Amino acid sequence: MPRARVLKLAFTGTAAGLFSGLFGVGGGTVIVPLLVLWLGYDERTATGTSLSAIVVIAAMATITQGAFGNVELAKGLLVGLPAVGGVLLGTWAQQRVRTETISLLFALLLLAVAIDLVLS
Amino acid sequence: MIIAIVMGAAAGVVSGLLGVGGGILFVPALTLALSLSQVTAEATSLLAIIPVALVGAARQHRYGNVEVRDGVALGALSAVGVLAGVGLANLLPERALKLSFAGLMLIVAGQFLRRYWRARRATDEYSSRP
Repeated sequence: MPRARVLKLAFTGTAAGLFSGLFGVGGGTVIVPLLVLWLGYDERTATGTSLSAIVVIAAMATITQGAFGNVELAKGLLVGLPAVGGVLLGTWAQQRVRTETISLLFALLLLAVAIDLVLS
Repeated sequence: MIIAIVMGAAAGVVSGLLGVGGGILFVPALTLALSLSQVTAEATSLLAIIPVALVGAARQHRYGNVEVRDGVALGALSAVGVLAGVGLANLLPERALKLSFAGLMLIVAGQFLRRYWRARRATDEYSSRP
């Protein structure tokens, strides 16, 4: 792998963690834009790769938060299990829309995140 | 409880479509519908994200949309960032940080809109050729 690419990936990962640690706003809103706009990923590969990174990030963070006794297992599963059905639908649908539609929806998501941050 | 389940399912759809964890919907589902405190909800949301991201990444892998090595490197490196972020959060004024980040998100949203419009225009030009 070229050195510049390794450095960009390192920066992206660190930035994603930084904002997660700062605001609890997850890695995906940082990882997907950097992969698409800076590393030249297409939208689908960026979102797929972002999900694989989030597995690692969420697992590490859950262990840490669990050690502080902040994780409510039953309520987490109550929202998490229906979400597994949702993610099957979401990934299925994503293969069937135009690539640029993913960009449009992502812009709307970022807008929602920005509003959420200002109001919180 | 039904609201929480519906919001959870919606979080999954957003996660699959856009490659995010879904915390933007999990956290309000846990605070508003299941009356957890903000801190507990944010922590519990992380637990909910694990199966969603795992199943989503597995599906995307089957579609050929995951650079596994890059993804694992991103995840592992984020640990360094998280530590720095938690440290900085205690040092810097939170409100100013949030507003700056929100501003940054708006700029990035604009970049994605430009990408959308450019692609649409390219498609239109192509299809309107004689």
